Amino acid sequence: MKINIFVTLKPGVLDPQGRAIHHALGSLGFEGVGDVRAGKLIEMEVADDTDDQALDAMCRQLLANTVIENYRIERA
Amino acid sequence: MKTAVLVFPGSNCDRDLAVALERVTGTAPAMVWHGETALPDGVGLVAVPGGFSYGDYLRSGAIAARSPIMRAVVEAADKGLPVLGVCNGFQVLTEAGLLPGALMRNARLTFVCRDATLTVGNASSAFTRSYAAGERIVVPVAHHDGNYYADDETLDRLEGENRVAFRYADTVNGSRRDIAGILNARGNVLGMMPHPERRVEAAHGGTDGRRLFEGLLETVGA
Repeated sequence: MKINIFVTLKPGVLDPQGRAIHHALGSLGFEGVGDVRAGKLIEMEVADDTDDQALDAMCRQLLANTVIENYRIERA
Repeated sequence: MKTAVLVFPGSNCDRDLAVALERVTGTAPAMVWHGETALPDGVGLVAVPGGFSYGDYLRSGAIAARSPIMRAVVEAADKGLPVLGVCNGFQVLTEAGLLPGALMRNARLTFVCRDATLTVGNASSAFTRSYAAGERIVVPVAHHDGNYYADDETLDRLEGENRVAFRYADTVNGSRRDIAGILNARGNVLGMMPHPERRVEAAHGGTDGRRLFEGLLETVGA
């Protein structure tokens, strides 16, 4: 089973990388881009009987740092 | 004082720390590989070195913080053993939950490698007792992810409990409240981005870093 984990910075945490991307889009002439925030996508292949609890534990214990990041689990 | 320096794949300041510790304590530290499950008997300090453990994959310090030896370090720290994390070592200690907050990409996205002037905050801990509160010292920094982040409540608590060990005297990396180093609640764990081990003899341009190790030696005893 394929799982996608989206890891994103919590609202309120400054994202210098997102700001740099925003700036670069502006210099390419793209207008009307508001805020840009960069995150991560982690694609995993897991056993079919892996339950939500196990996936959640993986996120909390390693894949995301919950001090600064949120995560969302999506069964692909 | 017997000491131990952890070594992860990608550590690159482990030998600098070992040299500094040997100069000050007179005894070469035990170099402890990340796959070990126990610390050597009788160590009075564990030092977690700078570098790029596991290539900074996932997040700086994230993988190292989950290595077998770190379980032993967390257990020992909970019992009061002094633990010092420098640079990547600081990142490892936050990822391991021994210190609050996180170290994010520098605000200007550039790797910063230069001498930094620090202001000493708490000067009564085992690590900082050889300094005076408010004293300015010069210690080099070399990092890409040194931008300290914690929420307001955590920052207020750190300040209220006098747990900010060092602050940058001028902006270095965008750290909230210019925090360069913090202590845990008990005062036996210090994480700092600047490298005291790179300032231990006159040839380094100064000895402000050496005083941290000397203070520790006085506390822990020879």
